[in-house]
Amino acid sequence: MANLRDIRRRIKSVKSTSQITKAMELVAAAKMKKAQNQALAGRDYADKLNKVLVNLKANTEEESHPLLAKRDGGKELMLVISTERGLCGGLNTNLFKKIHTESSEDAHYVTSGKKLRQTLAKIGKELIADWQVADPVPFNDAKPIAKFLTEKFLSGEYDKITVAFNNFVSTLNQTPEVVQLLPIESADLGEKQDYEGVGEDTVSETDKSAAMNVEYEFEPNAEGVLDKLLPLYINFQIYQMLVEARASEHSARMVAMKAATDNAKNMIKDLTLEYNKARQAAITAELLEITTAMKAME
Amino acid sequence: MAFQLDIVTPEKTIFSDTVDDVYLPGSEGEMGILEMHAALVAPLQPGELRYLKDGKVEELAVGEGFVEVTGDKVSVLIDLAIGEDAINEADVEEAMKRAQDALEGVGDDVDEQAALQTLIAKSEAMLNLKRKRR
Repeated sequence: MANLRDIRRRIKSVKSTSQITKAMELVAAAKMKKAQNQALAGRDYADKLNKVLVNLKANTEEESHPLLAKRDGGKELMLVISTERGLCGGLNTNLFKKIHTESSEDAHYVTSGKKLRQTLAKIGKELIADWQVADPVPFNDAKPIAKFLTEKFLSGEYDKITVAFNNFVSTLNQTPEVVQLLPIESADLGEKQDYEGVGEDTVSETDKSAAMNVEYEFEPNAEGVLDKLLPLYINFQIYQMLVEARASEHSARMVAMKAATDNAKNMIKDLTLEYNKARQAAITAELLEITTAMKAME
Repeated sequence: MAFQLDIVTPEKTIFSDTVDDVYLPGSEGEMGILEMHAALVAPLQPGELRYLKDGKVEELAVGEGFVEVTGDKVSVLIDLAIGEDAINEADVEEAMKRAQDALEGVGDDVDEQAALQTLIAKSEAMLNLKRKRR
């Protein structure tokens, strides 16, 4: 039977751990709510941007814009959005597995988030830049990333830009995804993408057909507008993915911390039982000693 | 004589109501939009957005983005839209000064120059709006 004092010490340590995990769970829950709301708030913008893009596409010649042009070379640059901190379950591990299967051997990487930056550096991948993104994600943080990636693409250094991030499906379910950012697949342009907005549809079918019926005037002309709009589209895509990744991080952390708190509670229960058993055994032993001593004195 | 105006940023919807007219800082100069305007898409540059509602003129400082006009609806998609009350003059001045300093040290990088100039233009738009009211 374990020593009484040892058990007491263990109960105390498990208790303080559970207090920490409980606090982290609550913080993550609050932040998750915020990140979800943020993703929802962006939906109006996404709706309208998509509508206009669908229309623009109809009014301009396909493949005419350098951001839309496909290239034959295979040089890939991947933006990896992971988390700054750990304790979020298998989120980063799953994303890493996905990256491993989907990216080309000699791809170069750009990261946001410490966790996978370290992992990628460890296995000797080429990292060319890293960004820190504040929480909650400000739109302005997406811009330098978008600009950097666009430049790398337009300069011809890379032929394809992809993004790996955790897509927020629900609080209990986040799926790692790899999405092509550049060249913009003109088929995708303006199409609904399921990572835009949380869960539900972004653009309903009726909306889209309504948009197609409007004949816009473009000021100064369709090409000029496309020139201005595509960078905005890329900014917004990156922003949306950052928000999704953030929502995934917080919900994964909340779930992981909830599990940890529950485990700690079970452990405390078991340990308390053991402690009481040990205490009882000690009392019984003591009583026995006293009665034996009394019997011996008679 | 009113139409629907929506001002939307990626972070939230700033304004959504009916107005009588709206003036926007288009990339080719200021443009006014009244009811029954033809369907239009045009990029915007940093500046002031003015709209008339119930006989009162309201102003917002706006950043980059574009405007979409369809029949009875005007949507402004913008990366920044801020009212006069929310502008902190000292902060904006400081940000503008930082951008100006950076612009001097940036050298020949044309893209960087353009980005900083946009930043300065945005700050100027905010300051102009703030100061005009006094």
